[in-house]
Amino acid sequence: MPAPIRLRELIRTIRTARTQAEEREMIQKECAAIRSSFREEDNTYRCRNVAKLLYMHMLGYPAHFGQLECLKLIASQKFTDKRIGYLGAMLLLDERQDVHLLMTNCIKNDLNHSTQYVQGLALCTLGCMGSSEMCRDLAGEVEKLLKTSNSYLRKKAALCAVHVIRKVPELMEMFLPATKNLLSEKNHGVLHTSVVLLTEMCERSPDMLLHFRKVCLLVPQLVRILKNLIMSGYSPEHDVSGISDPFLQVRILRLLRILGRSDDDSSEAMNDILAQVATNTETSKNVGNAILYETVLTIMDIKSESGLRVLAINILGRFLLNNDKNIRYVALTSLLKTVQTDHNAVQRHRSTIVDCLKDLDVSIKRRAMELSFALVNGNNIRGMMKELLYFLDSCDPEFKADCASGVFLAAEKYAPSKRWHIDTIMRVLTTAGSYVRDDSVPNLIQLITNSVEMHAYTVQRLYKALLDDISQQPLVQVSSWCIGEYGDLLVSGQCEEEEPIQVTEDEVLDVLEGLLVSNLSTPVTRGYSLTAIMKLSTRFSSVNRIKKVVSIYSSSIDVELQQRAVEYNALFKKYDHMRPALLERMPIMEKTASNGPTEIMQTNGETEPSVPDTKHLPLVTQPANQANDLLDLLGGNDVVPVIQTTLPTKPASAGGELLDLLGDLSLTGGPTVVPAPAPSVPVSQPPFLLDGLSSQPLFNDTSAAIPPMTAYSKNGLKIEFTFERANPNPNIAVITIHATNTTEADMTEFVFQAAVPKTFQLQLLSPSSNIVPALNQGSVTQVIRVLNPQKQQLRMRVKLTYTHKGSPVQDLAEVNNFPPQSWQ
Amino acid sequence: MQFMLLFSRQGKLRLQKWYVPLSDKEKKKITRELVQTVLARKPKMCSFLEWRDLKVVYKRYASLYFCCAIENQDNELITLEIIHRYVELLDKYFGSVCELDIIFNFEKAYFILDEFLLGGEAQDTSKKNVLKAIEQADLLQENRPRQFFFLSAQLTTEKPL
Repeated sequence: MPAPIRLRELIRTIRTARTQAEEREMIQKECAAIRSSFREEDNTYRCRNVAKLLYMHMLGYPAHFGQLECLKLIASQKFTDKRIGYLGAMLLLDERQDVHLLMTNCIKNDLNHSTQYVQGLALCTLGCMGSSEMCRDLAGEVEKLLKTSNSYLRKKAALCAVHVIRKVPELMEMFLPATKNLLSEKNHGVLHTSVVLLTEMCERSPDMLLHFRKVCLLVPQLVRILKNLIMSGYSPEHDVSGISDPFLQVRILRLLRILGRSDDDSSEAMNDILAQVATNTETSKNVGNAILYETVLTIMDIKSESGLRVLAINILGRFLLNNDKNIRYVALTSLLKTVQTDHNAVQRHRSTIVDCLKDLDVSIKRRAMELSFALVNGNNIRGMMKELLYFLDSCDPEFKADCASGVFLAAEKYAPSKRWHIDTIMRVLTTAGSYVRDDSVPNLIQLITNSVEMHAYTVQRLYKALLDDISQQPLVQVSSWCIGEYGDLLVSGQCEEEEPIQVTEDEVLDVLEGLLVSNLSTPVTRGYSLTAIMKLSTRFSSVNRIKKVVSIYSSSIDVELQQRAVEYNALFKKYDHMRPALLERMPIMEKTASNGPTEIMQTNGETEPSVPDTKHLPLVTQPANQANDLLDLLGGNDVVPVIQTTLPTKPASAGGELLDLLGDLSLTGGPTVVPAPAPSVPVSQPPFLLDGLSSQPLFNDTSAAIPPMTAYSKNGLKIEFTFERANPNPNIAVITIHATNTTEADMTEFVFQAAVPKTFQLQLLSPSSNIVPALNQGSVTQVIRVLNPQKQQLRMRVKLTYTHKGSPVQDLAEVNNFPPQSWQ
Repeated sequence: MQFMLLFSRQGKLRLQKWYVPLSDKEKKKITRELVQTVLARKPKMCSFLEWRDLKVVYKRYASLYFCCAIENQDNELITLEIIHRYVELLDKYFGSVCELDIIFNFEKAYFILDEFLLGGEAQDTSKKNVLKAIEQADLLQENRPRQFFFLSAQLTTEKPL
């Protein structure tokens, strides 16, 4: 059998292979040769063969059949064999295989070998890949070596002990005695590895930490060593670019950090040395900066005095200006950690941080972005937002979602004005629209709804954005929702904030219908557009067109769309009288805790028009007075004051209450004077309103049995009551009034009020309009709900006010002719 | 340090040192992904990147990438110095080291690394000491045969690798 080829020979041969297949062939051939050589138990060439195997393993080929051979090499007496054997063990074996346990005995022997380099090999291997079992078996040997005076072995034993502790934490105690005089060594290697060992012990066990702090008085020792390093002159052996043993300095600083954390005395003891290192370290090379970096980390983590902290932040500020991007990166990372605790100090470096947004490096950009958001406050919001929006424009897609969310959050907290807020949102939607998170759409809708005076401006801008681009779904969804709500403002050109655009109803409907058919629209978006179109049926006059669109989609393949269309169709046909109330403007929504800050109208700095809520109160007091009049008329105590809702232009709760009616019917609440209670349903998607409707049978069949009645007929004004029994609560009567006008002049500013005896509760929903058209051309409808738990005979007093032919008319009447079925 | 990888600009692995226990399959996967990520970096980018839950520090010396994965509490800047120290050791040992040296003498590269780092931490901060130890160990490799030669009549064939 010829001698197996040499390692270098093999490497050379394999490298000549031109294809992967050729290489594989060579490898397979050689593996076969090696296998047979192993089978022959050839001692002479085993080392060479294993070395070749290791090379092939590095190329990615399987080498498990060499594992046992490694063990044989380790057991050999030759140093060359041991060297390759241990290398092979570290490369081919790991604690998952049982084979490695066979090594334990060999390692034990080698740990006691007469040659220190063999001992070194054993320590190295154990410290690199020793399993918990091996560590348990050999910990004693390691501990012995930790106490030796041979620094070559001592340093290795220290690091090996670190590994043992990581694998078997309970064994930590046994190394404690050996650590006593580790730090009094002169040898830097031993010092360095000892500090590593002490760090590991302190990090793992609070008891150890306390012991080292109080009993061993570690801090003064470390401070002394560090001081010597800095003060001592040039030492060629440990010098790196003019700094003495930076590796040791960094490790000591790290251990000091752990010792000083949440301990005043220790922190004080290291104050001086930290200041000294911070000010005296040479910063021209990476080494110096590495030490400064560690120093800053330590200062920020211990209980340092404020002067030292400011010094640390200033170092980071200088880092930010460094040409070396690694240093800048490290500075941004550290500043991010400290921005919460030392906010003001970090603010000083804001402009530099913002500049880092323009850096080419991805990691630096991300850090700069996170830090920028952390630094935004009420004072710098305008400037910061400009930079951040510019960043959003130009950054990589991986950042856009996070940046957009950050912008929304910051805008919500610190927006100086409503208009600015809406502009900012528009900007984000148009530049990063497709990356915006799903939950932003309902949040934005809520925000827009609540900015009442900005509705015209908002819908105009959104409409214009929609004309440009319909591919970004969140933008499209918000826009179609707004157009649905405020389309009337759009066509009437009411915008105050900027030049109003001329838009016709048809153009608007074109756009919305375009969304329905576009391939770019998702099903959700289509849902939004259909609902928006539907809402416009009460705001636009081209109702027929809308009816047509809706009926087309009632046979849509998309089930969701179909359901909506069918319901809307029903709304046109059977429940047309409810349509105006249902499709009314959304009321102001109260923010729930999950949505963020509870103050809806938070402004910062600039003056704002007063909150619409306050406008309601003066209006409400008037009806209350009138109600009192009614009270007087009906005899004081047995009448309940009426609830007066205002006309559609003010936010009302029509939709919500309708849902209440058909859903959970517990009208336990007393008459409320404020006309706009927050609907308890989450109104993230307007169609939800109608979903609630469709999920319940609308009205009981038995209700058809109650005949309508004429409640009032005088001076051309006729008011008819039609009844429905609300299902499932039979105690509630739903009365719809139909007011018609037989005279030749319209009755404008028509207001209907009602009062009932005390045992009843009454709720008046908003009327369809306040103009009763002349000559029976149309009617005003309004829904009254009466709760009659005691089933008493229904009585009602009504008050009517309107303007007819220029003069105001007022009338009171009593309605007693309710059919018995309405209250039994 | 969790592991160190050396690879060429074509992505060929020249050295791999693992300080955490992982299966062969996992090691291969990590190697493949990390090599791809690092090779995709542009020259102007910084030497640090976040990868999975680790910090990766890498530096290119001529045609070789030196790549280390460190833990969150480790100092990135000093890791760069560690890498540099290792390169200096190789350079001193081989005399103006190049990639070919490491290819043909990979086992020596490992020996040097194992004399410098143990369990992922530096054993000795003195360049001189590490090189001296390697030198002595190398002598052990070659000395034995000579000793045998004088002591016994038989010619022992101590084959070089």
